[in-house]
Amino acid sequence: MPLANHDTSVPVIVDDAKCIAAKGCRVCVDVCPLDVLAIDVTGSRAYMKYDECWYCMPCEADCPTGAVTVNIPYLLR
Amino acid sequence: MSQPGTEYLDADVLVIGGGTGGPMAAIRAKEANPNLRVVLLEKANVKRSGAVSMGMDGLNNAVIPGYATPEQYVKEITIANDGIVHQPALMAYAQGSYDMIRFLDSLDVKFEKDGAGDYAVRKVHHMGTYVLPMPQGHHVKKVLYRQLRRLRIGVINRYMATRLMRAADGRISGAIGVNTRTSEFLVVRAKTVIMATGAAGRLGLPSSGYLFGTYENAANCGDGHAMAYHAGAELANLECYQINPLIKDYNGPACAYVTGPFGGYTANNKGQRFIECDYWSGQMMLEFWRELQSGNGPVFLNMTHLAPETVSEIETILHSNERPSRGRFHEGRGTNYRERMIEMHISEIGFCAGHSASGVWVNEFAETTVPGLYAAGDMASVPHNYMLGAFVNGAIAGARAASFAAEVDLAEVDADFLAAEQARVLAPTLREDGLTPHEIEYKTRRLVNDYLNPPKVTAKMRIAQERFAEIREDLSHMVARDPHELLRALEVQSILDCADMAAAASLYRTESRWGFYHFRVDHPETDNENWQCHTMLWRDQDGAIRHRKRPIAPYVVPVDASEMTAYQRLRIPAAQAAE
Repeated sequence: MPLANHDTSVPVIVDDAKCIAAKGCRVCVDVCPLDVLAIDVTGSRAYMKYDECWYCMPCEADCPTGAVTVNIPYLLR
Repeated sequence: MSQPGTEYLDADVLVIGGGTGGPMAAIRAKEANPNLRVVLLEKANVKRSGAVSMGMDGLNNAVIPGYATPEQYVKEITIANDGIVHQPALMAYAQGSYDMIRFLDSLDVKFEKDGAGDYAVRKVHHMGTYVLPMPQGHHVKKVLYRQLRRLRIGVINRYMATRLMRAADGRISGAIGVNTRTSEFLVVRAKTVIMATGAAGRLGLPSSGYLFGTYENAANCGDGHAMAYHAGAELANLECYQINPLIKDYNGPACAYVTGPFGGYTANNKGQRFIECDYWSGQMMLEFWRELQSGNGPVFLNMTHLAPETVSEIETILHSNERPSRGRFHEGRGTNYRERMIEMHISEIGFCAGHSASGVWVNEFAETTVPGLYAAGDMASVPHNYMLGAFVNGAIAGARAASFAAEVDLAEVDADFLAAEQARVLAPTLREDGLTPHEIEYKTRRLVNDYLNPPKVTAKMRIAQERFAEIREDLSHMVARDPHELLRALEVQSILDCADMAAAASLYRTESRWGFYHFRVDHPETDNENWQCHTMLWRDQDGAIRHRKRPIAPYVVPVDASEMTAYQRLRIPAAQAAE
């Protein structure tokens, strides 16, 4: 069975201006219980790669620069 | 993907699960014998994993001298569980409760104290007084992590254990794990294994339809239940589901345990109380469900009558601990506790001894039915565990496992077993296309809702078994295109195992018990003559689910027949409620 892509909005937003992934920071990626955050291919910013969020907030709480915001997933909002 | 490599590691004590009970088990095993090689394996990262990833707003089952005795606690939990408890395990918990609170206090976990420095315990349960608030409880995981570092416990993050290994003589001999980011294997030979993998919380589908919008941390999907099952361990009373009253759509606690002592209460759409007590039990959930079905629904948590400064205090606790995003949820809808009641709903089903009573069977020493295998926390069968129970029973498991490890040698790895497990794990990666883990999970959990949710109906549960068998065949078409998808592909196999167990266990007990948790429409009465017992479920040599009754161990705290019905009288008569 061939596969289709299914787009969706993601609840976790990263402010590129504040994200210091380029300096090697991996805090949000490290702490996510569901492993849904990743660093993009350029290595410069974190982003939410999978829409599998428990809106639990360690990524936001532990970010050293306040770059991460956890929104409630749209289906629950 | 190219064929991932395999690494080997030896341990005296292997702990699987780094949330709450797991770290405490590792700490106590290492403290018992600092020479032991204690390894803690965690699917996520120990810093922020498990049910208390963002801390906890209180102890819900603190047995503190001056407020409650272990005997009172054992009696209350026996009654709240309609008598189906292993009292020696409850007593072991209750007797360890206060020492654990003082230990946590010494590690700098903050509990609420009065002006004299005594613990400020509150009443939420139907009978006794056991709730100790933790308004600054958001740092629990940091405290645990500090201890793990101090004791030099070997922490291995981002490895998911997939199967337990057993030696030729039947005792546990380790576990096989897979890295969730590289799909590399790790084979841990161990003299003893402690499982603390949390609830099976991704079983039912939340009414929002969002797969990860579960009550439990969605990482806790029943991996431990499935591993124990495949290793031949017995699981107890799985038909006693976890079902909780939660904020509608948000699907987290509101939380009545926090607000109750301040004067908040559960109300119907007329703003009237209809239950005497907000402590979570099957009987409470039955009254909650009945109110939802009546013209008096929905059900709300009411705080509109409280003083503004009281509400501010509640907000500070609820919006900084456990599920802090609930503040953001209310903000998004313009819900202010001072002005509007919070709409509540019923959670999806799951297995969780933290709040109900089902899980991998353990006795008062945290021993499962497999030699050398221990379990603690939400996955083990000690009822109404909560966070403190995970700590106390984790500590019991750690100390016992440390002794056990001193008595046995490491066993050789069964190469055939390992090869078969590696083939099972990697099968979805060998396909180019097929069914995605996401759609298989969605369908399984949607069917759980359709056919297994109470009120339970025999004919519906049999249909569920047919559908689950079809999905099991579909697994041979499942595709995983990267290690993350493989993680989800492995998890959905745990979920399907748990779904099968939930159906089989519910069909086996032909009576109704535990209020809404096991409300069987075609067996509506409680049948103490035939079912005043534990039900045990296990997998036989041919892979079939088997059941037996296990007699209840003699009570260490006697309970009068007149007291036993206390939780069945939670509903407030209509006339009284209207006053």
